Amino acid sequence: MRKKYSVMGLFSDFEEVFCALEDIKKNKVPGVTVDDVRLMSPIEHPEIDEVLGERPSHVRRVTLCGSLFGIIGGFYFLVTSQSDFLVQPQGGKPVVPIPSNIVLTYEMFILFSVIATVLGFLVLSGLLFGKREKLYSEKVGVDQIAIVLDLNEETYEPIKALFRQHKVLEIREEVSK
Amino acid sequence: MKHIDEKAIDEEIKWAKINEDVLRHMETPRKAYWIALATSFIMFLVGLTAEVYQYRYGLGVADLNRSHMWGLYIATFIFWVGASHAGTLLSAFLHIIHAEWRRTIYRFAEAMTSVALMTAAIFPMIHLGRVWNLYWVVPYVSDREIWSNFRSPLVWDAFAITTYLTCSLTFLYVGMIPDLAICRDNARGWRKKLYVVLSVGWQGTDRQWRNFRKTYMTMACFLLPLAISVHSVVSSDFAVSLMPGWHVTSFPPYFVAGALYSGCAGIMTLFIIMRYFFRLEDYMTVNIMEKLCKMTFAIAMVWTYLILAEFAAVWYGHNQADKEVLLAKFYGPFAPYFWAMMFLAVVLPFTLAFQRLRRNMAALMVLSILFNIGMWLERWMIVSPTLSHAYNPESWNMLWPSIVQWCIVFGSLGWFGMIFLVFCKIFPMVSMYEVKEMVFHQKKDLLGHKHGHSHAGSGHVVGKPSVEGA
Repeated sequence: MRKKYSVMGLFSDFEEVFCALEDIKKNKVPGVTVDDVRLMSPIEHPEIDEVLGERPSHVRRVTLCGSLFGIIGGFYFLVTSQSDFLVQPQGGKPVVPIPSNIVLTYEMFILFSVIATVLGFLVLSGLLFGKREKLYSEKVGVDQIAIVLDLNEETYEPIKALFRQHKVLEIREEVSK
Repeated sequence: MKHIDEKAIDEEIKWAKINEDVLRHMETPRKAYWIALATSFIMFLVGLTAEVYQYRYGLGVADLNRSHMWGLYIATFIFWVGASHAGTLLSAFLHIIHAEWRRTIYRFAEAMTSVALMTAAIFPMIHLGRVWNLYWVVPYVSDREIWSNFRSPLVWDAFAITTYLTCSLTFLYVGMIPDLAICRDNARGWRKKLYVVLSVGWQGTDRQWRNFRKTYMTMACFLLPLAISVHSVVSSDFAVSLMPGWHVTSFPPYFVAGALYSGCAGIMTLFIIMRYFFRLEDYMTVNIMEKLCKMTFAIAMVWTYLILAEFAAVWYGHNQADKEVLLAKFYGPFAPYFWAMMFLAVVLPFTLAFQRLRRNMAALMVLSILFNIGMWLERWMIVSPTLSHAYNPESWNMLWPSIVQWCIVFGSLGWFGMIFLVFCKIFPMVSMYEVKEMVFHQKKDLLGHKHGHSHAGSGHVVGKPSVEGA
């Protein structure tokens, strides 16, 4: 059975990481593309999208769902509860007063938008129910940047050589069958 | 004139040192921290004793059985809601406009927001008297088909404050996740267990950062209007009534500006305290404080304009009842408190125009406390004069709050201090990853200037400045 490798190269700065990624982009290791790369870093580099290419984030779609639920559900809740409580003294005002309901609907719109955004973030980032990276270094939280790749026997050694060429500080690996 | 380097922090600081400093100082604060915590606890006990006494003998001991049915409790409620304002609002606003100097101070400012809201939330409960009936404001399905009155601004309050507290806490938490992962990697014992749960497996992958960036910006965009709506809703408690002195159309912006002002003053006080307690002088620098002072000054001027506009509207509106309330403040029984408020909150902020003062921490500590006293008096001057001089002459009287009220207000300061200080001991009060980003950008800008070009939008992926952390 062919072995599979997870390899993590730790680098001291973004410059070397980006150079290594440029080489991967230039197909210096056939069979490995920049789409296979996962990056771990202590901060988000502002130009990371230029290096890795646009990768989608669907958090805002989840936010939109939360917003719509907050507006529609919030207003519906108010209207139904007010219509259900006709014995309440109305003081000459309508049973379903639009101005005060707008205030409360607004609050519920924001509340559910924020809750949906956070849930979306946790789920889409793989933090809740997600698969974690097997290889992790505490140094990523300090000052080092990691490139993580899943490789096969053909690409394993060339990638390690490429990492060394770009002054990798440490290489960690895990073998699976 | 002496040249002042305007850098927010030293860009040569190593990334590893940022982690070390913040984590070490969480573990070993100065002795003053423990003294402050003990003092807060004693103050809290004083408030708790007064509260128990009030339950034992009824709300009469708080002198709330006359026309002053709101008194100090609601004035202090508004004060705490206001104090909660600046943290999240400024953090969100400064994040949206990419103000770099926000990065070292936003964490404790957001924590201040959440804790101040928790403090504010206890005042309506205390004021209710029968706290076990608090759930009446919560809209829930009952077998008698009774619902709360959604037309009441007090129910709006319950909605708005619950929303603001939930959103502020989540905003604080989400912004803290990368730092909680750093804490997880370095902690031992019960702290490790806590951080493992709270960091939800953060590893700093590009996917996590990408979603994090979008999430944080989206939340900031929602929090900005929310914070404004919350204090507008609080102002509606007054403005939608027909009471003289309260039925004013400028109340919502006036309340929002006042909240921002007292919140900024609160941030100034806590900035100095945190800086000293946790030895964070390298991160909470004088330059950042100076920027904070300038912002406070600007907000104080907006608030000053709005309070003067309110007086002018009442004066030229020539509604006799409204005018009577205003005159009671000018030279009636409330004059000493009113003019103290005017001096502390309107005149004193002009001292912030002087650079020498803006860079003097001791003077700023005193000033920020005085601003807050001024803003607390302002809240009291909104509530009490109207209640003591409303339309019914039979109810006219002057309130000097009872000792029970004072003790509970005093206790609320202890409650705030206690929770805030415990929070600071458990969670990093300076955002480590944001400070690293700040150092990174500052260094990049510096190199950009040296090489005679701007980094922004250069589009090159190689030749970037090293992060220099390793």
